[in-house]
Formats: sequence, structure tokens, C-alpha cells
Amino acid sequence: MGYHWAASFPDAGTITMRAFGDRFIALVLALILSLILSLILSLGVLPALTTGACAGPYEDALARFTADNFDDTIEGINGVAASGNPLAATVIGALQEGRLLFSAQDKRVFIKDKSDRLIDAATGQPVVGDAPADISPVRLNNRLRGIVEAALGGLTLMAPDPGKRLEAAQAVLKSKDANALPALDQAIAKETEPKVKQALVEARAAVVLYLDSASDADKIDAIAVIRQRGDQDALALLGGLPGSASPAVKKAAADAIASIQNSLVIWTALQNAWYGLSLGSVLLLAAIGLAITFGVMGVINMAHGEMVMLGAYTTYVVQEVIRARNPALFDYSLAIAIPLAFLVAGLVGILIERGIIRFLYGRPLETLLATWGLSLILQQAVRTAFGPTNKDVGNPSWMSGSFDLGQITITYNRMWIIVFTLLIFVGLLALLRLTRLGLEMRAVTQNRAMAASMGIRTARIDALTFGLGSGIAGLAGVALSQIDNVSPNLGQGYIIDSFLVVVFGGVGNLWGTLVGAFTLGIANKFLEPFAGAVLGKIAILVLIILFIQKRPRGLFALKGRAVEA
Amino acid sequence: MHRSIGAVATRPFARRLLAATAGLTFGLAAALPAMAQDTIKVGILHSLSGTMAISETTLKDVMLMLIEEQNKKGGLLGKKLEAVVVDPASNWPLFAEKARELITKDKVAAVFGCWTSVSRKSVLPVFKELNNILFYPVQYEGEESERNVFYTGAAPNQQAIPAVDYLMSKDGGEAKRWVLAGTDYVYPRTTNKILEAYLKQKGVADADIMINYTPFGHSDWQTIVSDIKKFGSAGKKTAVVSTINGDANVPFYKELGNQGVKATQIPVVAFSVGEEELAGIDTKPLLGHLAAWNYFMSDKAPINATFIKTWQTFIKNPKRVTNDPMEAHVIGFAMWVKAVEKVKSTDPDKVIDALPGIEAPNLSGGTSKMLPNHHITKPVFIGEVRGDGQFDVVWKTPGLVPGDAWSDFLPGSKDLEADWVTLKCGNYNKVTKKCGGAS
Repeated sequence: MGYHWAASFPDAGTITMRAFGDRFIALVLALILSLILSLILSLGVLPALTTGACAGPYEDALARFTADNFDDTIEGINGVAASGNPLAATVIGALQEGRLLFSAQDKRVFIKDKSDRLIDAATGQPVVGDAPADISPVRLNNRLRGIVEAALGGLTLMAPDPGKRLEAAQAVLKSKDANALPALDQAIAKETEPKVKQALVEARAAVVLYLDSASDADKIDAIAVIRQRGDQDALALLGGLPGSASPAVKKAAADAIASIQNSLVIWTALQNAWYGLSLGSVLLLAAIGLAITFGVMGVINMAHGEMVMLGAYTTYVVQEVIRARNPALFDYSLAIAIPLAFLVAGLVGILIERGIIRFLYGRPLETLLATWGLSLILQQAVRTAFGPTNKDVGNPSWMSGSFDLGQITITYNRMWIIVFTLLIFVGLLALLRLTRLGLEMRAVTQNRAMAASMGIRTARIDALTFGLGSGIAGLAGVALSQIDNVSPNLGQGYIIDSFLVVVFGGVGNLWGTLVGAFTLGIANKFLEPFAGAVLGKIAILVLIILFIQKRPRGLFALKGRAVEA
Repeated sequence: MHRSIGAVATRPFARRLLAATAGLTFGLAAALPAMAQDTIKVGILHSLSGTMAISETTLKDVMLMLIEEQNKKGGLLGKKLEAVVVDPASNWPLFAEKARELITKDKVAAVFGCWTSVSRKSVLPVFKELNNILFYPVQYEGEESERNVFYTGAAPNQQAIPAVDYLMSKDGGEAKRWVLAGTDYVYPRTTNKILEAYLKQKGVADADIMINYTPFGHSDWQTIVSDIKKFGSAGKKTAVVSTINGDANVPFYKELGNQGVKATQIPVVAFSVGEEELAGIDTKPLLGHLAAWNYFMSDKAPINATFIKTWQTFIKNPKRVTNDPMEAHVIGFAMWVKAVEKVKSTDPDKVIDALPGIEAPNLSGGTSKMLPNHHITKPVFIGEVRGDGQFDVVWKTPGLVPGDAWSDFLPGSKDLEADWVTLKCGNYNKVTKKCGGAS
């Protein structure tokens, strides 16, 4: 609709005085007419006239977006935000999400809405007919993204959705944009939601703190508000205070920083403990299958890591199928992958036991070499089948992001992995204690000859036990696909750690594995901030070596007859 | 570190197994065309198994493609080119063995290969002793210039320094506080040493630089990401310069995304993350994080469009991405072909002398030139991660940047110069006027 008009619009350089006069009359006419008719006449010539001719501040600002130059885009953002046009928030919101498109040829700007429809940014009307050929998104860089966030924050402080208002308040807190002050005052007066109100008050404090014209008393009040907030954003605000601030303000800020840092010390310790639990749960997850195959059966299985890798690739395949067939199921992909990964890894485990390991019982060195070779074969097989590059395993929405608990950040994926690990652990304990299979497993590993003479088919139990251990490794793969690379090398990174955990915890004891994993995880995470990741790991290794010298059978040594078996 | 423990006891077995399989496969493949006619052999020395296979397999494939394309054009000096592929299996000493095998047994005219600096260092003596040519396609720490090696990847002044300059500029966010995070090996350590010296020269205080190293394949980034957040909350604009290598990047970026570290607050600029690495991550939370390279797949130059099409047809996958080290091989191979055509011989001595001064088109529409110090001229781009795993170029150097073998910012190397044309020396000391290094 407006397209033909814009296409025939003369270049600025060729406008004569006469043309200019015509344009001016057209402008006035169009303004009056459009005021009356703009809502009724959504199609036709008149709105098109208004877009082309009515070059108000909003339209001028929009035109800046077509220059494809970062400095012009900044002018555009500020111009649109200041124009007061009802479309401003939509335009800047679209810019933030990469949905603001422009045509340099036609000097027009479009918004692509959520259903991929093109909307003329000047009028807010859908575009009829073909879009210009040279249409492309308005580009942003990080400086611009900051400006966009600030502008959007100022514009959405009064949005009907409380979530949006909260985001807006946080954006203003970061931007400290003095222009947002009147809007903030207005928003604070109207706000009913206590959480949003608090955020708004904090945002106002941040603006005041950085406002040159604010009095010292106001600034000190603002510091008190920010001090209450007590987190790293507050530290950043206080720490970044310009050197021109008065001594009283500086002193108040320094006091606030000291007090926040004091309270953060305890939170840091808690945060480290949480990280330790999380690392421990990953170690436990990787080691728990090994606790069965190595701990209970005594098989040194160097291909254990590859079982984990197979589980991760099963997750990848499940997600690929879901992406292709039914994207709506994506959030359930892990639930589908869990039983499949268990089956795939478990079956491969049974095959390995029947095909290789059963011939090597009682010959640990040969088992070690054979399974190491097997691990290389499995890796290369996966590399040939899926390619050497990493595979993209997505996080379902309920495993993405984080939430704040006090001053510590808890990421959802780590939290669910801890839950998942503990569930597997409990399930495995129950299986060993309460089921017939568990009973037979324990019988066979404790005294094979006696078990056999009691009528237990020991060969079948061996295969099933190995399959169980491998299947659990497969489950670990599902979880690890959420935090690590899915590549053929995935398992290699975990094999040594797994052995460490099992040996440290005490071979043959599931509880030992649990305690061992969490001890190592927490020790590692408390060492890391002081020693760094590399030295921390070395220190842990040395500690374990010393520990094993003292207690060769690990934390929880098995006692009694089982030891001799 | 922990990986090598397992490897100590079992390496002989693993190596035998690998050597046997590799030998069998490639022996068969190589035997057939070799009988057909006299060919020029080109060695490809990239890991096809082990940890580095993730990056190096692609480079093997791109070399096979380039050789096939050259043969379609009629080969070289009237002969067909023949690729000899070996698998050093991400095992550094094996790189040297395989290089020796390529030169002495297969009698290759030149070798294209290596990724990690330690693998390059391991083959250097072999190339010197047997006098052959190595084209090394990966960005590296510099501080080296060998007569037998041609460095087609970026030296630090073609990647690291411009990236820091960008972050200090208005568009980059005027960063004042710096986190230098890297994997614990020679490339990140040297690069960070250069960057630290450079930053200090620019007036950045000690307290505003945080240096952090992690082991290879590090997967638990919780502590480090929260340390970075803490470091970034001192009120000064903070930026992260990442020399984190390979596999460790995916969990690092996942943790950044999950802990909500946004590029607008703390941008991360990476030197080892390209299109291939991003293929394994959902990039939406990473929008705006940066990478510095000399080539991006999203480059609009027509020559790049042709290259991408040829590559995707060759690899039979319309979604396969291209990356910077691939471009380095494209340039390196074109230069080698031109040099061979110029001297009408594949004799390494003649080709080594002919290479400096040779020009070849790069994939961003310009022309790169081999310099007397065996490095090449390259444009430098800063790209921002896009939602689709590609990069948007947000900044580029006005012209081509000549690669500098010896950094001007390290006390030990600022007086050194490499020049294989007039000085015939890789580490000429401008102060003592002697060839032979710093002291």
C-alpha cells in the first residue's frame, strides 16, 4: 500500500521549492485528514500519505534505522523512545529481538510480528503485497543493546504485565538513565505489586546516585536503598561511583560496600557448598554405574565412559527425532530418552560382558587392556556414525536458566541433576536390597560357587549385573548431555574421576561411592577459588593418593568374607 | 591431566591398535591411485581420532576437497595431485612419527597439518631434518618463525590485539577491567602474557586484570563463571578474553547462559570459538558474545559463497559450516600451488624460496600475501554470536594486517625479527645484529 508511494517519492536532492510547497500543503492536509480518518481508513491512500509526508520526530527517527550504521541506529532508538508515539515500545522491542527490518532502497522500516507477518513500523499496519527485496534486520552490537534495554526500560515501566515492569525496573537500574526519572516517579506512585515497587525504588535510587544535580542527602538516601539490596549489582552501582562525588557520599558508599561484602562472605561459602554438591552429584552420576561393575563385580571396565557417551548420544537421537516429527514434545525429550538410554547402554553392556569380559574373569590386566581397546573402538564407531563434531543437545525449558536463593544463583540444570542422581541412587539401593535380582547379584559376587550350587544361574546374573551398571552409565549420559559436550570424547573425561570416586569411597560399597563423590566434589569446589582449577585438581589427586596409602580399601572398607572372594 | 594417567599404562596397546587400523585403511586407499600414474603427493597430518578429531577432521576434509578441485583443473605441473592422509590420533609424539613417515616413506612434496601448538612443536625437528614444508592453519601464540613452516593462521597481532582494541573502543563497550581466561597450555599462556603486557601498556592496573587457567576438557564452570560475575561487579565495565580451547567451551557457554551473564554486561570475546564449535550449542542465550577471527562464514563476498557451496556439495551436507582454519588451508594451498607453478618444481628448497611474496585471494574478498617471516597478511574481524550459530561482523580492521612472528609486547621478543628472504633468519636480534634469539 504505502510501497508505491515511497517508491515514487523523489530524492531529497531533486525537491524543488515548488515541490516543497506542495509537500507542505499535502502535509497539513494529510495531518488534518488523518486525525479524523486514520483509524477508519486502514487501507488506501490516505494513511500512506501520512507516512510519507508527515515527517514528525518519530518518522525521522525511524528513517535513521535504514542507514545501517550503529551511530545512526542510536539516534533512531533515542528518537523513537522520546517521540511518545504509541508504537515506540513495539518498535524498540522488535529491535531488541531482531525483528525490526529495514529496506535501504525504499527507506522504510518494518516489524516482523510473532507470526512472521510484516508490519509497517511507521503506521502499525500490515504490509500488503510483496516486501522490498533488500529487506534485512537492523543490526545491533553490545553498546546498542545496552541503549535498547535502557530505552525499553523507560518505555515499559507502566506496562500492564508485572513481569515486564520488573524487567523494565531492572533495565533502568543498570542504565541509570536520568531521563527515566519522571517516568519512574510516576510508576512508583501507581505501582501496587510490592516486588515490582521495590525494584522501582531501587532503580530510582540508582538513577539518583548517578545524577549530578541530586543533593548529597538524596544520594546518601539512595545508597541506603541500594545497600539494602545487598547483591553484586548493588556492589557494581556503589563501586562505579564517579570520582567527582562529595566525600560524604563516598564515605557512605564505602561503608555500604564493606557491609555488603561482609554479608556476601557467608553467601560465598554457601555458594561453594552448593557448587560442591553439584559437582559431587555429577561425579556420583558417572561413578555409580562403575560402583556396580567395578565395585560389586570387580571388573575394571575402561569402556565405562563410553556407556555414558552412548546415553548422551541416545538423548541426541531422541531430540533429533522429536525436532523432526513433533517439536511440541521437546520438553519431554529427556523423559523419553531416560528409558531408551538405559536400554541402549544396558544392551551394549550385556553384549560386552557376553562377548569379551566373561572370558577374562580373574584376569584384571587383560580386562583392563581389552576394555580400553573397546572404548577406543566405541569412540571411533560413534565418530564414524555421527561425525567428529559436537552435537547440539538442547536444554528443555524447565532445565534452562537460574533462580536466586538469597544471594546465590542456582541453575535449574544443576539442581535437577542433583535430584536425578539421588533418585538413581535410591532406586539402585532398593533394587539391590529388595528385589530377587538384587539378592542374586549379591549372592553371586559374595560367593560364586555357593550361589551356583543354590541354583542361581551365575552367568546370567553376571550379564545382567554388567548390563545394569552399563544402563546406569547410560542414564548418567542423559544428564551429562545437559551440561557437557556431546562428542565421542564425552566419556573419557569422566572415566578417571569415576575410578577415583569408587576407590576413594571403598570398593563394593554404594554408600561409600555416595560419600566419596560428595566429599571430592565439595573439597574440589572449596579448593578451586584459592588454588585455581588446575592446582585444585592436582591437590585433590595428591590427597587421595595419601589417603589410599593410609586406608588402602577406601573410606568404607568391606569387612568379612566378601573381602577374600 | 587425569586423562594421561589412564594412557600411561595402556598407550602401547592403544597405539598399536590405532596404527594397525589406520595403516590398513589408508594403505588400501593409497595403493590404488599410486599405481595409475606419476603423481605429486600432498601430506595431510590431522588427527582423525582422539580429542582433537573434533576440530581436525574438518581440515582433512577441506584439504581433500582442495586437492580434488585442483585435479579437476588439470592438476599441477601436468601431474595429478594425490592426498596422503595419516592419523596422528591427537597424540603429540605420534605427530612426529607420522610426519617422518609422510616425508620419508610417502615422499610428499608438502604437508598441511597440525592444530595444537604442541603438535607443531613436536613435528618441527622432523621438518627441519628432512627439509620439507609444513603449512600450519591455526591461530597461534607466535614467538616462532621456522624456515620450513608457513603460518597461515593468525599471529597474536592479527587476532588478540585487535580484539582487545575493539573492546576498549566505544562500540566495544569501553572495557576497563579484564578477565583473561584460558586452557592451561602454551597458546593461552603466551597469548595472555602478550595481552597482559599490552593492557598494562594501555594503563590498565594490576587489580583490574584477572587471569584464570583451567585444565583441558574442563566441564564444571560454576565457580569460574561466578568469579567472573563477582569480578565484574566492581563498577567498571568488564570484558572476558577467552582462550579456552575446544571441548571446554560448550559447558563454559552453557554456564554463562544459565547464570545469566549477558553480553551487554560482560562481553566474552573468544579466540578459539568458531562456527564449528557453536554447532554444538543453543546460541540464543549467547547473543552478543564475540569472537575474533580472520574469516567468518557469514561473509558476503562472492568468493565465499562459491567456497561454501563447493564445500557443502563435497561433504554432501547442506548444513555443514565453514570456519577460519579452513580458510587458512584454502589460502595456504593456493599459495603453495602458485609457488610450485612459479618454480616449476616441487623441490622444497625452491618452493620455500618462492613462497614469500606470493599472493592468493582470501575468502573475504581480499588478497593475502606471504611475508618474508612466513606469516601472511589477513583482515581481522570481530563477530557477534547470532541466534543461528553464525556470526555477525560488527567490526573489522580497515586493511590487511601483516602477521608479526615476534610480539612487540614481550620483553624477550620485541627486538627480534624474522626474515627468510634477506636476513635468512627466523629470530634476528635487531639490537645485537645477530641471528639467534634474545640473549
